[in-house]
Amino acid sequence: MATAADVMNASDRQRVGGASPGKLTLTVRVRRYNPEVSDDSWWDEWHVECDPLDRLVEVLHQIKWHQDGTLSFRRSCAHGICGSDAMLIDGRNQLACKVLAEDVAPKVTIEPIRGLAVLKDLIVDMDPFMEGFRSVLPFLINDSGEPDKERRQSPEDRARYDDTTKCILCACCTTSCPVFWGDEAYVGPAAIVNAHRFIFDSRDDGGRERLKILSEKTGVFRCRTTFNCTDACPRGIEVTKAIQEVKRQILFERF
Amino acid sequence: MTVTHTYDALVVGAGGAGMRAAIELSDSVRTAVISKLYPTRSHTGAAQGGVCAALGNTEEDHPEWHAFDTVKGGDYLTDQPAALLMAEEAVDAIYQLERWGLPFNRTPDGRIDQRRFGGHTANHGERPVRRACYAADRTGHMILQTLFQQCVKREVRFFNEFYCLDLLRTPDGTTAGVVAYELATGELHVFRARSVVFATGGYGRMFRVTSNAHALTGDGPAVAYRRGIPLEDMEMFQFHPTGLARLGVLLSEAARGEGGIVLNRDGERFMERYAPTIKDLAPRDVVSRAIYQEIKEGRGAGPNGDWAYLDISHLDPRVIEEKLPDITEFARVYLKVEPTKEPVPIQPTAHYAMGGIPTDVEGQVVDGEAEAVVPGLYAAGECACVSVHGANRLGTNSLLDLVVFGRRAGVSAAAHAAHAPLPDLPAEPVAQTLSVLDTILRRTEGENAGDIRDELQDTMFDNAFVVRTDEGLGAQQAILADLRARYDRVAIGDKGAVYNTDLMETVELGFLLDLADTLVAAARARTESRGGHYREDHPLRDDATWLRHSLAYRSSDGGVRLDYKPVKMGPYIPMERKY
Repeated sequence: MATAADVMNASDRQRVGGASPGKLTLTVRVRRYNPEVSDDSWWDEWHVECDPLDRLVEVLHQIKWHQDGTLSFRRSCAHGICGSDAMLIDGRNQLACKVLAEDVAPKVTIEPIRGLAVLKDLIVDMDPFMEGFRSVLPFLINDSGEPDKERRQSPEDRARYDDTTKCILCACCTTSCPVFWGDEAYVGPAAIVNAHRFIFDSRDDGGRERLKILSEKTGVFRCRTTFNCTDACPRGIEVTKAIQEVKRQILFERF
Repeated sequence: MTVTHTYDALVVGAGGAGMRAAIELSDSVRTAVISKLYPTRSHTGAAQGGVCAALGNTEEDHPEWHAFDTVKGGDYLTDQPAALLMAEEAVDAIYQLERWGLPFNRTPDGRIDQRRFGGHTANHGERPVRRACYAADRTGHMILQTLFQQCVKREVRFFNEFYCLDLLRTPDGTTAGVVAYELATGELHVFRARSVVFATGGYGRMFRVTSNAHALTGDGPAVAYRRGIPLEDMEMFQFHPTGLARLGVLLSEAARGEGGIVLNRDGERFMERYAPTIKDLAPRDVVSRAIYQEIKEGRGAGPNGDWAYLDISHLDPRVIEEKLPDITEFARVYLKVEPTKEPVPIQPTAHYAMGGIPTDVEGQVVDGEAEAVVPGLYAAGECACVSVHGANRLGTNSLLDLVVFGRRAGVSAAAHAAHAPLPDLPAEPVAQTLSVLDTILRRTEGENAGDIRDELQDTMFDNAFVVRTDEGLGAQQAILADLRARYDRVAIGDKGAVYNTDLMETVELGFLLDLADTLVAAARARTESRGGHYREDHPLRDDATWLRHSLAYRSSDGGVRLDYKPVKMGPYIPMERKY
């Protein structure tokens, strides 16, 4: 009789693989930085044998766990929902857990996302980004007294802000924005997305306050509509459209 | 240099339970939250399908029906008073989330929409009921975001990327605080507090195939265990039937709630044979075992015959687009499969720890059969064991657990912190932690942590997964002893102070090894099958002997000592569990 292990584990012993025929060798080039080693960044390159469908974040793990333990990056869920592993991958901001080896083979170049201070390797200082988020009052404002049950909201009103509820604060959008690179005071696309999520929520009464914040010189009118943010969003949010909707709302409100 | 901070209350972990507790605490006492991740990175955000409450918005429902399903779903290892209380408080908990802005999907008349979910039934098992409140298939994401937004509003103090490495207790067992490691600098911090709430999540990373984030290494339970706190029902781990093949990434039960079905290699809807009444909406342990049986009898799918399929291709494309967008994308991105047209390869995946730090319904940590309260220590969420989930958690009840018992732990911790004196710190509070870290950092040659982790995950998958035997568990105990010996010789490449994730991952591996010891020991001792714990050599439930919770203590030689305590019964008499 087959043992439990045999049954659940009929696949070969490899930790990955099985679906796709053959392995590939991926050359991984990473821009390194370690303030304890040098003031300057440098490049390292590794060769990793992997399955074509391996996620890039797991390729980085193979390097870290079996070749160079000093390689440092953030990650957690590894399937595109926690927002930890935003990196500049072959020149585009992406989550390393949503890029597959076969789509970048034979060689991939990875750098930290831009516009935020690099602390070590692919880890950047997220605090300025989070400050931008905090500055737009990213919480429901409604002082009209709490109902016994739920507030009613029609499916149409709910759909109005659906897109911007998807944001995972990964910073792919903000750190792909040329305006943000030039001026960290700009709140950036992610903060505007999160403001949009409340401004267009029929249950929220704080819209005017947020629009006033975003009408200031650090706000939406810094946007030059390059669409980098929309291209970069791993959640498929139409970021530029959301920014345009906020701009239009400000013009209606005439601050 | 060690920095000492003093707060009235300290929360460890910034997922759903931790932030829900922090909201409650910060309204009345000086509170800090330490978290090894930025709060919105927590794994609550990965929960997909919904959060159950008997709102009755789309059809008749009652909290008592929900409680019954929870107890039956838990294979009667659930503490019944806790289940009744959770089902009762669920209703207000959901309304509270909505008032804080959670964007639930809506019914045509604007109320919170509800859908079906595994094991949730009308009138004690008659038929599936619409009980799960949801926001598309990103309900956990929306709960995490909403709770974080409320923390931002209240200006809750977060210490992000701080790892809790030790629990400080006074000689009489009172909680004095924790020791934390600051990832950015490598410095140790002592956090003194009158109340400490552990909300550190699960530990699925001890298995090769898991839906869990890399961060889920059971830090809270492991730290508590090392300081004398027992761990309850560690053998009870949930293996979710529909993980994405090879990867274990979760495909929500909501897929089946919306009408998706599970198929074998021959395209047969085999759940009709295993659960004739509710079929594909049977609880997760039942479906995972059915998949195992199909594989064993040669009807498994995939190149090696060890997969099944989840089929949603017959659903209305609009339903898929509006209600299941994320899981559809997972299949497209990771397996390059088009779920609207073809079935998706799946396999059971390690998903949820029913066991953990024992607490009462107030969130207070309790020790032993007498349930002596550990002063100043609280736990909530997946790291805790109330026990509302018993031997098998029903889908959606994890998110509910977070908000109901996160709130309760916060309330209790706040009340305690308001009057309790600040306990003295033990002498040299960081000495032990420092010694552990220094030993790892100083060793220049030794075992590779990556190899040990790989072997731990592979062997736990082989020997302690959906189906267990005495032989396999015994073998696993020997393997764990060997891995432990190797871990004691581990050496790492990164010797630095700045963002030394190599060091922290190695410490986390030590936590996983401890917890694997407790899981395997408790599983080997429990010679019956119940819920998520299935023993091929003892396939029946044995209420006469085993209607009791296990408690795993760390003995002085580092081994596991098992003890037991009775299940709290209530209105429901254990019956055979059929669906």
